[in-house]
Amino acid sequence: MKTRLPVFVAFISGALMIIAFFGRGTVVDAVSEEALTWQTIVGGFALLLGAVSIVRVHWQKISTRHTDRYYSVGLLICFAVMAGSGVLFGIGGGTLFDHLFQRIQAPMMSTMFSVLAFFIASAAYRAFRARSVSSAILLLAAIVVMLGRIPMGQYVYHGLPAWADWIMTVPSMAVQRGILIGAALGAASMSLRIMLGIERTYLGRG
Amino acid sequence: MSGFSLSKTKARRRVVGTRGCAPLHSAYQNGDLGERTKGSFLVRASKAFQVSRSRRGLLFRASLGIWSALLTRQLLDSPALTAADQYAGVFRVERVNALVLSVIFAAAVLWYIAQARRGAKFYIRPIPGLSAVDEAVGRATEMGRPVVFIPGTGDLDEIQTIAGLSILGRVARVTARYATPLRVPVLYPLPMAAAQEMVREAYLDEGVEHLDPETVQYVAGESFSYSARVGGIMLRERPAAAIYMGQFTAESLLIAEVGQSTGAIQIAGTASPDQLPFFIAACDYTLIGEELYAASAYLSGDPKMLGSLKGQDLMKILIAVVVVAGTITVSMGWSPEWLASIFEAK
Repeated sequence: MKTRLPVFVAFISGALMIIAFFGRGTVVDAVSEEALTWQTIVGGFALLLGAVSIVRVHWQKISTRHTDRYYSVGLLICFAVMAGSGVLFGIGGGTLFDHLFQRIQAPMMSTMFSVLAFFIASAAYRAFRARSVSSAILLLAAIVVMLGRIPMGQYVYHGLPAWADWIMTVPSMAVQRGILIGAALGAASMSLRIMLGIERTYLGRG
Repeated sequence: MSGFSLSKTKARRRVVGTRGCAPLHSAYQNGDLGERTKGSFLVRASKAFQVSRSRRGLLFRASLGIWSALLTRQLLDSPALTAADQYAGVFRVERVNALVLSVIFAAAVLWYIAQARRGAKFYIRPIPGLSAVDEAVGRATEMGRPVVFIPGTGDLDEIQTIAGLSILGRVARVTARYATPLRVPVLYPLPMAAAQEMVREAYLDEGVEHLDPETVQYVAGESFSYSARVGGIMLRERPAAAIYMGQFTAESLLIAEVGQSTGAIQIAGTASPDQLPFFIAACDYTLIGEELYAASAYLSGDPKMLGSLKGQDLMKILIAVVVVAGTITVSMGWSPEWLASIFEAK
């Protein structure tokens, strides 16, 4: 029962979604809408699990005087302030929660995103080396695409933008589509294995 | 059915099957089914629905009936139910091509699974990234440093997350066996709950009863906060192995570059084509697309799972044939519309 019930629920849920995709009409649409609503509700309850996990892990670090306990103190204070301000004063425009989000959290998220530019440069510097024929081709293609995408590229050679477009729309697009086809088939195969109960690793059993 | 060899087995429980399967159950009980028929899909499916007349079985049937009644009532009250729609056609004819392809795909997968049940052996090409997982954990054990496993940044409704979690089970088993610390920071709470259960079961299987609460932890609900936290974990704890398996978005390069700076051996796998170039540039091994979904079958070696891989390969061949045929016909100037409509999604 402990194993059969989740497998049964997985099969029924998957079958309902398949029927909803190919079917039309009242009951089918209603069932799929209700299933999505239930999923949202379960996700909301799961958020409580996450909050409890955060508090428990960091409180344990503080109580055991872990080396990094000061980071945990800061996290719990921020957690309490954000959660408390949202609950007490609301999350609409002009509230404390909104000010904290717009003036602290959003700029920090933008900062992390901007660090990507430097990480791309360092990754490219490491990866684009002419160690073999294939890596030399990769290096050449990267140079053509990078120069072709900037305004200065057409002053280096007038045909570079067209070459860059060709590389992105023909060989690169073909490979991406091939990967997508393979990934889609793999996902469908895994979904079928889960529905039939062959794949049970998501239940915690190997 | 009466012409097959008889192997009468006593029915241990009184069986109440679905209406359509009741005659089949009676035949099964009376021993009128041969060995081959007993293993047939219908018999096994009908057995899956059998309940006993015990108190627990009656309670189960009653709760199922109540649940069905409540769901029906809720559906009838649903705003999606309008008088005009009640009489619309029930099948989307414009998606019949998808239905046919799905049936062909499912038939291929089930055929090879059936072959695997009969003992057929299938060859799966070696995947270096998966072979390196044990090597990476061994390296972490020798160095006395932890293993960081990231099951992607998608929620549990993403199939890539489930694929990543299936690999986590294997990794957790190996780390428990060698007493290597494991860190699994998770972005969403549902995957956290699934990962905790998975790691706990793996540890119990290896005889380790205590699970450190820091092993699987919910980090944040937002991807850049998550990548900042994971970067902090990597810089402070200096893992020897970092494994990234699942769905990723912009934070993939942030995490991989920080991991690369710590000197960890990195193994990544994703079916998100936008993030593959970053992982290929920053990681030592990368599983591309379907290799991520094949990982659980590859690592377990279960013949039924390997059979499903052969089934999807058959479908891939079919798609390749259609692509080549379409390329030739378009190049020759024929451009038949029916060929293009086979894979058209509506």
